[in-house]
Amino acid sequence: MHSEPTNTYKNYLVGYALHLADSSLIMGHRLSEWTGHGPMLEQDIAITNIALDLIGQARNFYQYSAEIINSENSQKKITEDDLAYLRDSFEYKNLLIAELPNGDWARTIGKIFFFSTMQFYVYQKLIQSSDQQFSAIAEKSFKEVTYHVKWSSDWVIRLGDGTEESRNRMETATNCLWPYTGEMFIPSEFELNDKNKITVNPAGIKDDWLAKVKSVLAEASLCLPVDAWMHSGGKNGNHTEHLGYILAEMQFMQRTYPGLEW
Amino acid sequence: MNQTFQNIISKSSNVETQRVWELLNTVTDPEIPVLSIIDLGIVRDIKIENETLEVIITPTYSGCPAMDLIGMNIRKKLIENNFEKISIIHRLSPAWTTDWMTDEGKEKLKSYGIAPPVSKTFDSNYLKNLPVQCPKCASINTRLISQFSSTSCKALYQCEDCREPFDYFKCH
Repeated sequence: MHSEPTNTYKNYLVGYALHLADSSLIMGHRLSEWTGHGPMLEQDIAITNIALDLIGQARNFYQYSAEIINSENSQKKITEDDLAYLRDSFEYKNLLIAELPNGDWARTIGKIFFFSTMQFYVYQKLIQSSDQQFSAIAEKSFKEVTYHVKWSSDWVIRLGDGTEESRNRMETATNCLWPYTGEMFIPSEFELNDKNKITVNPAGIKDDWLAKVKSVLAEASLCLPVDAWMHSGGKNGNHTEHLGYILAEMQFMQRTYPGLEW
Repeated sequence: MNQTFQNIISKSSNVETQRVWELLNTVTDPEIPVLSIIDLGIVRDIKIENETLEVIITPTYSGCPAMDLIGMNIRKKLIENNFEKISIIHRLSPAWTTDWMTDEGKEKLKSYGIAPPVSKTFDSNYLKNLPVQCPKCASINTRLISQFSSTSCKALYQCEDCREPFDYFKCH
């Protein structure tokens, strides 16, 4: 629907920005599904605030992508809304873990914990990016993600080190989500090609991520899940069956009433 | 360094920009109407260049839904005061921090019933849940209920003495 910049350098900048935006948006969108359904009012509010932070981060990355794309294309100028609402699932570059169903509270906590811990280490490095805008967005997002990691870690511990029921649910959650964590550290072409120190190669943060996960699971008296085959493909537009449904709901209004504005 | 309104406007270069600082001090945060956008440290700079008035603002939280409205309110206030060429620039870096909140702002928060941020900037201390004073009865015998409250910027606490719940503006 929009043309990728012909300049390969800008192409990979856009690819990276869209990957970060898509992961945040889809994760934020999934979390927003808890609105009004949280187990306690305070937690309903907490999870929707986290969703809002993520959607805000997505907006920043989409706006930057649009800026880069528009700098190449003199005719039709696109906006963040075009990128979020008019791309189809094979154009989305989010991590698969973001699009998985929320499941029960433990499953959602597991998703947030694994995902935000990854974001923590990625953003921490991205602050050093030689690209000013990536660095600025990362600086902003890093502070917020630190709270997400803290909140979700506390919940993992509370559930893991809780009753037999909460423990079983948290353990099931970590085991079911584990095959979706490997993808976080497999660099895609836009994360690999980086002589100019703009993007972050996620393979470099795996050890930190694992150390944090191990320490929280240990405190929660949960076992580290056994390594198994890892799902991947999200960064290249190969998604699970879930993304189509998410986009159908999320994009419905814009596609039905093109150009719709509040 | 503690921020006060006087410190901020004394840095402005001329009478014209000083007037704009004072005008913008009447634009309030839509969610916490006792605070102005100057109190919050949202307005970073005001410049007049080539007859255009440039107002540089920075968002507090990435997803803060009030930022669009604040932008509109700034524009409205300036138009009402006969400024014609207005440019509102959103600057992401350096990232907004509660360190930029003025002393007056912190006092206003307390009177409004919201506990102001207790420590300077973002260091790992904030994760240790430093004692927060109850804005209603001044006791420090308070406990954290949730890191997230009515808005992204606030946490929810309860006072163990007077038993009232209250919002705490988080260090950021």
